[in-house]
Amino acid sequence: MTTLPLDNTFDDPTRRAPLVLNHDDFGSVTNTICGVNERPKPPRAWYIAFAISSTFLMVLGILIGYLFWTGVGVWGNQNPAMWGFPIVNFVFWVGIGHAGTLISAILYLFRQKWRTAINRFAEAMTIFAVICAGMFPGIHVGRVWVSYWLFPIPNQMEMWPQFRSPLLWDVFAVGTYFTVSLLFWYVGMIPDLATLRDRATTKLKAISYGIFALGWRGSMRHWHRYERTYLLLAALATPLVLSVHSVVSFDFAVAQVPGWHTTIFPPYFVAGAIFSGFAMVMTLAIPARQWWGLKDFITLRHLETMNKIILVTGSMVGYAYIMEFFTAWYSGAMYESFAFVNRMFGQYAWAYWIMVTCNVIIPQLFWFKKARQSIPIMFGICLLVNVGMWFERFVIIVTSLSQDHLPANWDYFHPTWVDLTMLAGSFGLFMTLFLLFIRYLPVIAIAEVKAIMPAANPHAHDHDKEASA
Amino acid sequence: MNDGAGTTATPAQSPRTIPSPSSVDESSEKLYGLLAEFETPAAIVSAAKKVHEAGYKWWDCCAPFPVHGLDKAMGIRPTILPWLVLGAGITGGTLGMLLQWFTNATNLELWSGPIWVTGYAFLVSGKPFASVPTWIPVMFEMTVLLAAIGAVVFLLLLNKLPQLYHPCFKNERFARVTDDRFFIIIEAKDPLFYRAKTQQLLTSLGATAVEEVQA
Repeated sequence: MTTLPLDNTFDDPTRRAPLVLNHDDFGSVTNTICGVNERPKPPRAWYIAFAISSTFLMVLGILIGYLFWTGVGVWGNQNPAMWGFPIVNFVFWVGIGHAGTLISAILYLFRQKWRTAINRFAEAMTIFAVICAGMFPGIHVGRVWVSYWLFPIPNQMEMWPQFRSPLLWDVFAVGTYFTVSLLFWYVGMIPDLATLRDRATTKLKAISYGIFALGWRGSMRHWHRYERTYLLLAALATPLVLSVHSVVSFDFAVAQVPGWHTTIFPPYFVAGAIFSGFAMVMTLAIPARQWWGLKDFITLRHLETMNKIILVTGSMVGYAYIMEFFTAWYSGAMYESFAFVNRMFGQYAWAYWIMVTCNVIIPQLFWFKKARQSIPIMFGICLLVNVGMWFERFVIIVTSLSQDHLPANWDYFHPTWVDLTMLAGSFGLFMTLFLLFIRYLPVIAIAEVKAIMPAANPHAHDHDKEASA
Repeated sequence: MNDGAGTTATPAQSPRTIPSPSSVDESSEKLYGLLAEFETPAAIVSAAKKVHEAGYKWWDCCAPFPVHGLDKAMGIRPTILPWLVLGAGITGGTLGMLLQWFTNATNLELWSGPIWVTGYAFLVSGKPFASVPTWIPVMFEMTVLLAAIGAVVFLLLLNKLPQLYHPCFKNERFARVTDDRFFIIIEAKDPLFYRAKTQQLLTSLGATAVEEVQA
């Protein structure tokens, strides 16, 4: 076939940029992507990363045991900041998940074909991030053995949850979000699991992939319904993802605490969630494409496009920071104004300025094409965005609670070593799951990538045939 | 570029046997159908159009990805699935509303499986028991939850999956259906199926191979 360009980052609108480089037939796509799972041993980097992350996971497990045994006093949560690290981490991790759904659902509805290269592992990231997120409120309830009280389960006490509370909406929102993300991820993966089944070299692989592939045989009658289902799941996941972080923001916005009680919270939280999620997608994608030779699928153009989204959402977050300040001043409410001035210049000013620097100022570098296309620069910026977005949640939760209406209540929040180690441990959980995913499941949506290749267009071949005939 | 294709064609997991066409009697009861292999999306779309026009009913196309326009060429009618999903969504929303109304706004007793359950009229800040606006988030989440579960369940039911065995899986060529090959299967139970005539049709449509599949 024709020679394929090695660089697809050009800005010529009259030419459609190729989404897949160096592969012009379906077989080589299958080979490259399945090769990630089929190679006898993963790269050395995988072993090192797995050793580190599983160690952190083990530490997390031990600390959860310690927490259950001793009680929530092991954390720094103290009057007045009763929501310390656990809720900060919860909001942080839920936010990370949002980019996965944005890529898989919203970009699908907008027919953004470039999403096919990254949607599978962005969705995996969503699921693992929601697992990390769901863990924190679960262990934060203190008496974990009654955490089933969160759910409306008929019981001998005739006791029900109180549905007027946003905290309960959260249970439904996060629970639904996890379930729908898992279904979306799995349904998308069925054809690719069938590919791995058909290529399996051992009986164990054939059986284990075969069971999860459900006997998929690529029947067009199946594909017809499958495409409908996929579209419907995308259409359902789109409002869902917007609702989830809105509901998370209701946890704050519905309360009376100064600095929380604002109507800007839902859109502001959703923009921040997508911003942080994309930074995490980049943090995972850049090493993954390097180590597993996926640069032909996750091309520089993909990374550049994601950097543009980070620039846009980062600026939206910056706008929200300014707007909530303006609203506090314009409202004339003494407590609101104090809360925001206090954020900027009070005890936690250091956290506020870390947040502003990492989230608003540094991503502005992405206005420059050089920064958008340089792997070290974008990787550095994305790491800083992750840090900044964690601090955003810290600033919102801790500054507002530490100095609320009543000065007699004021105190300074001190995290304990358990707080810090559990945060690190949640990264261990996240990375362990992600590394296992890369090793055993198809990291790129093989069938979807094939469908967006020029060779997949039946009409193009018609013309070829007519010309040759 | 196609260096791995050789490995894909020889899966070692099962003792698949390829019956040679001549060895099987035309009137064999065990014949499932004829499997024709095509190499490009264009070839299968034009071939599917012809098979559809020939009037076959019990036949199918298999492809590694949804080939654009192939469902139309095959004459597949739109699926009922979206309506079922709509029903599941409405059920979810209704259940969400009834759940909140029953548990927080009534003192009703209901028989729920193993035990009697009683609603509890919560009085919070003097608000009405049925505080409908506060029900919206949970109603919405329940709508999405049941619609999504319904979509997947109905997808599997309508597709009759999981079906871990299929006669085609015995054919060695068919392993590439999830890789880079496209197939048409015409089943022997089709009233228009005649062993020789059907094979001739498939060959004339540009199939790179036509093989028998035993049931």
